Amino acid sequence: MEIKDTEEEGKTVVYLSGRLDTKTAPELEAHIKAGGIGDNGLILDLSDLEYVSSAGLRVILATHKMMVNRGGFILRNAQDTVMEVLNATGFADVLNIQ
Amino acid sequence: MTRRIEVNSTADALDDVMAFVDGSLKGMDASRKSVLQLELAVEEIFVNIANYAYHTEGGKVWISCDVDAEDRSVAITFMDTGPEFDPLAAPDPDVTLPADQRRIGGLGIFLVKTNVDNMSYKRIDGYNVLTIEKNLARYTQR
Repeated sequence: MEIKDTEEEGKTVVYLSGRLDTKTAPELEAHIKAGGIGDNGLILDLSDLEYVSSAGLRVILATHKMMVNRGGFILRNAQDTVMEVLNATGFADVLNIQ
Repeated sequence: MTRRIEVNSTADALDDVMAFVDGSLKGMDASRKSVLQLELAVEEIFVNIANYAYHTEGGKVWISCDVDAEDRSVAITFMDTGPEFDPLAAPDPDVTLPADQRRIGGLGIFLVKTNVDNMSYKRIDGYNVLTIEKNLARYTQR
């Protein structure tokens, strides 16, 4: 998995590519906790993410909770296979998905 | 054709397990989506065994993969000698709760159920025997 940060209108954008799984979820968790994520909101861009497992969902949910009072959290550009996992688990209903 | 592998029950062995499964599917002309769904089921089951079957003592996991190339279907069986545990007996997580009440526990097994065509559990001679089956010509609609 690759993680790349950019910024859009004051919000931090984190691009993920590859697989967010048991092995790589801790990398994303550490990246988000390490700081650098502003208080104006976070966008997780999943354009190039092919795969997510429950380990990845755990980090996504924790990030959502962390960002509630820090400008919000948006998931965007999820591919079919990733979107289906978000739908099946009901995450699509509780997260801001664009 | 049946292939088998024995691995340690640690999350580190996941790469070996995935390579074993992907290697078993060679030449099957499986759809990419169906393979990703199968990989998800395999990861969730294996990580569950690695985390819980042997507590901190560790142990072995035996995995066999039966491939029917003509039918483009696969059956994968996971065996461990941990305490009896039927993942199918646990209730499904409530996937309608608001975010602040969400828990991740149970989501993995739920994802297995929603990504394979069949899942069965038996306790045989001290082994937990968990089998998943999936047709790889199509992908499972959720």
